[in-house]
Amino acid sequence: MGDPALSRRGFLAASAAAGVSMTALSACGGDSDGGSSSGTTTVEWWNISTTQPTKDVWAGLARQFEAQNPKVKIKVVQLENDAYKSKMTALTASGKLPDIFHTWGGGVLRQQVEAGLVEDLGERTAPWSEGLLKVAKEPYLIDDKVYGIPFDIGMIGFWYNKALFRRAGIAQPPTTWSGFLDAVRKLKAAGTTPIALAGKEKWPGMYYWAYLAMRTAGANALGKANDAKDFTGDGFVRAGQHLQELVDLQPFQKGFLGAAYSTPTGQAAAVGNGRAAMELMGQWAPVVQADAGKGLGADLGFFPFPAVEGGRGAITEVFGGGGGHALRKGAPQAAVDFLKFFASAATDTTLVKKTGVLPVVPSAESALTDPNLTAVQAQLKAATGFQLYLDQAYAPAVGQEVNDSVAALVAGSKSPRQVAESITKAAKEEQ
Amino acid sequence: MASTYLPEERSGVDVASLPPAAERPRGRARRRVVHHLTAYGLQVPALVLFGTLVLLPLLFALYASFFRWGGFGMPEDAVGGDNFTRLFQDPVFRGDLWRCLVLVLLSLGLQLPFALALAVALNQRLRGRAVYRMLFFAPYVLSEAITGVLFGMIFAPGDGLADHVLGGVGLDGPAGKWFSDPSTVMATLFLVMMWKYFGFHMMLYLAGLQAVPAELTEAALIDGAGPWQRFRHVTLPLLAPTLRISVFLSVIGSVQLFDLVWVITAGGPDHHSETMAVTMFQYGFKRYQVGYASAISVVMFGISLVFALAYQRFVLRRDLAGATTTMRGGGA
Repeated sequence: MGDPALSRRGFLAASAAAGVSMTALSACGGDSDGGSSSGTTTVEWWNISTTQPTKDVWAGLARQFEAQNPKVKIKVVQLENDAYKSKMTALTASGKLPDIFHTWGGGVLRQQVEAGLVEDLGERTAPWSEGLLKVAKEPYLIDDKVYGIPFDIGMIGFWYNKALFRRAGIAQPPTTWSGFLDAVRKLKAAGTTPIALAGKEKWPGMYYWAYLAMRTAGANALGKANDAKDFTGDGFVRAGQHLQELVDLQPFQKGFLGAAYSTPTGQAAAVGNGRAAMELMGQWAPVVQADAGKGLGADLGFFPFPAVEGGRGAITEVFGGGGGHALRKGAPQAAVDFLKFFASAATDTTLVKKTGVLPVVPSAESALTDPNLTAVQAQLKAATGFQLYLDQAYAPAVGQEVNDSVAALVAGSKSPRQVAESITKAAKEEQ
Repeated sequence: MASTYLPEERSGVDVASLPPAAERPRGRARRRVVHHLTAYGLQVPALVLFGTLVLLPLLFALYASFFRWGGFGMPEDAVGGDNFTRLFQDPVFRGDLWRCLVLVLLSLGLQLPFALALAVALNQRLRGRAVYRMLFFAPYVLSEAITGVLFGMIFAPGDGLADHVLGGVGLDGPAGKWFSDPSTVMATLFLVMMWKYFGFHMMLYLAGLQAVPAELTEAALIDGAGPWQRFRHVTLPLLAPTLRISVFLSVIGSVQLFDLVWVITAGGPDHHSETMAVTMFQYGFKRYQVGYASAISVVMFGISLVFALAYQRFVLRRDLAGATTTMRGGGA
C-alpha cells in the first residue's frame, strides 16, 4: 500500500495448481556472517534500493563512508521489495538479522523488537537524531523507544487539477468533508469526473476509509483498535457512512471498479490526462501521473484530507509512512556511525536531490525544488498526529481485510457496519 | 503369476518340452530378477523427481491444511478441520464453486460445439484452410499473461477498442462495463476464455477428423445419407474418443483457472470473477494464512481428482482399454 510498486505487479507467472507450501518453504535460506578480521569491521547493510538512480547513489554513499572510515567495510545487500519482505520474515524466525536493515517500522518492527532482535538506538543516537523531522521518526517509536532512523517520509493527500477545479467554480480546495462533497457535486455539475479510483487494486480505496476513520475517531484510533482487536466503535462505523455519502454521489470515473492504478487506463493516468479532477494518493503521485499519462505540470496541486465536522481528528494529522534503518541487537559501533552518516545533512541533501525522497534533516529542505513536494513537506512538518500505512501497521491478513471490505463498501455490497465487523473478525482471528 | 516360480512338477507345464531341468529354474529366475531390477532401476530417477516435486508438496499441503500457519517455520498450531469448516462457510469460496460450475457449463455448451463446428468446416477442401487453422490456433500459443493484458486494454472502460467499435455502430449498451461491472464480468471473462482456448480444441478435433476413414463417409454417401446423417452417424461416433478427452481437459482447466483472471480482474469487482485458485493466492500470498490457503488447494485437488477418477472409470473406460498398463498376466 505504501509503496506503489508492491501491490500492483502481482506474481503473474505464479501457477495456481502448484501447492502454496512449496514457495513458502523455498523462502527459508541461509545467512552469512559478518565479522572482523585484522581490525577491519565488516558491516552488512540490507536495503531495497534495487532501482536506479537510487541503487548507484546508495552504493556511492557506502564507498564514501568506507573512505572516511578505513577500518570499516560495508557489505551492501540489495533485495527487491517483496523478496526482501519474505527473506526478513524467515530471518526473524531464525533469530538473526543483518547489522543494518531496511524497515518501515510499525507492526513488523514491533514483532522483531519483541523477539529481542533489534538494538535500542535511544542513547546511541540521541545527540544527532534529535534534529530529525519528528513525524518521520514516528514509525520507529515502539513503546516510546527509538528502534530506527528514517531516511524518507511521505504521506497521502489529494492531488488535484487546478484548471478543472477553477472551471467548476471551486476557488479554494475544501478543508471540511461537507465542503469536499460540495466540490464533488460542483465538479459533476461542470461535466467533470471528480475522482479517479483504482477499484481493481483495492488499496487506493482503503485510503479514504483510513483517513475518514482518523478524522472521526482521532489519529490514534486505528492503532488502538488494532491493539484491542475491535473496529466496531462508533467512529469507524461513521467513517464508513461518510465514505458511503461520497460513493452515493457517484464521483468515480466510468468503470472504476475494474481500473488499475498505474496502467495507461488506470487511476493515475485519468488524473494525469486531465480526465478526472483528483485522486487520493501518496507523494509519488506526480511521478506516476506523468509516467502513465501526460502529467499536469503547473496545473497539479495538493491539499490535505479534509476534516470531518464533529470528528475528533484534525486536518493536520497525517496518514503516511517512509523508510528507515534499524540495527540488529549487538550491532557494532560502526553500524551506528553509518546511521549517523546516512542521517547527516550532506547525505540527506544528496538523497533529496538525486533520489527524489522528502528530506528528514531540516537543513536539507533547501534541496527541495518541486512546489508540490514542498507542499507535502510543509504538511509533514506541521503534522500534529501520525498513522502509519495500514499494511505496515497491521498484520497482513487484517490489512487485506480492510482493503477487501472497504472495496465491498465502495461496490455497494457491504454496509459501513459490516465493514467494521469484518475487520474486527479478521483482527480477532490473528492472535 | 506366482505359479511361474513353482517347481515344474506342480506348475502343470509340459516338462518334456522344456530344456534340461538343472539350468531351467535358476536361469529363468535370474532373468526375471534382472528384468525387474532393470525396470525398477530405470524408474528410480522419475520416481524420485515425482516424489519430491509432486507427492511431497501435495502431502505437505494436506498436512498444512489442518494448521493455522503463516508460512514460515513449521506448522505448529493445529486446528483440526477448522480451515475446511471456515472455507465452506465463506460466501466467496462458495461463489468460487458456483462460478467454476458456470464456466464448466459454458465451456461444454458453447466453446466445444463452436470448436467442433469450425473443425468440421476446416476439414473440408477449402482455399487457404491452412491459414485459417493457424490463425485460429494462434491465441492458444499466446501466454495467459499477455492475453490478459491485451483484453484488459480492449475492454478498458470508455477508452478500449471494444467500446469504440460498439460505439461506432451505435451500440453502447455494455460500454464501460465489461470487466468493471459485477453483472457483466463473468460473461466477458468467458468471451476471453473462449477466444483463448477454442483453437486448441479445434486442433484436437481436426486431428480426430483426419482419422475418420474416407471410405466410411463415402459408403454412407452411396447409401444415400445426407450431410447431417453422415456427420451424426459416421463422423461423430468416430470422433467420440477425442470429444471425451477434450471435455476432460476443458473441465480440469476451468477448475484450475488462475492466470487470466489474476491478470485481468484479480477476482474483482467485489469477488464477482474470483476463482478457487485466485482465492487461494489471496490467502496464501497476500494474507499469509498459508494453512487456510492449503485447505483451498486441497479442495481443488480433491475436486480434480474425484472428477478425473470418475471420468476415467465411467466415461473413458472404452478409450483407455488396452492403454493402461497392468502387470503381466493381467488378472486381478
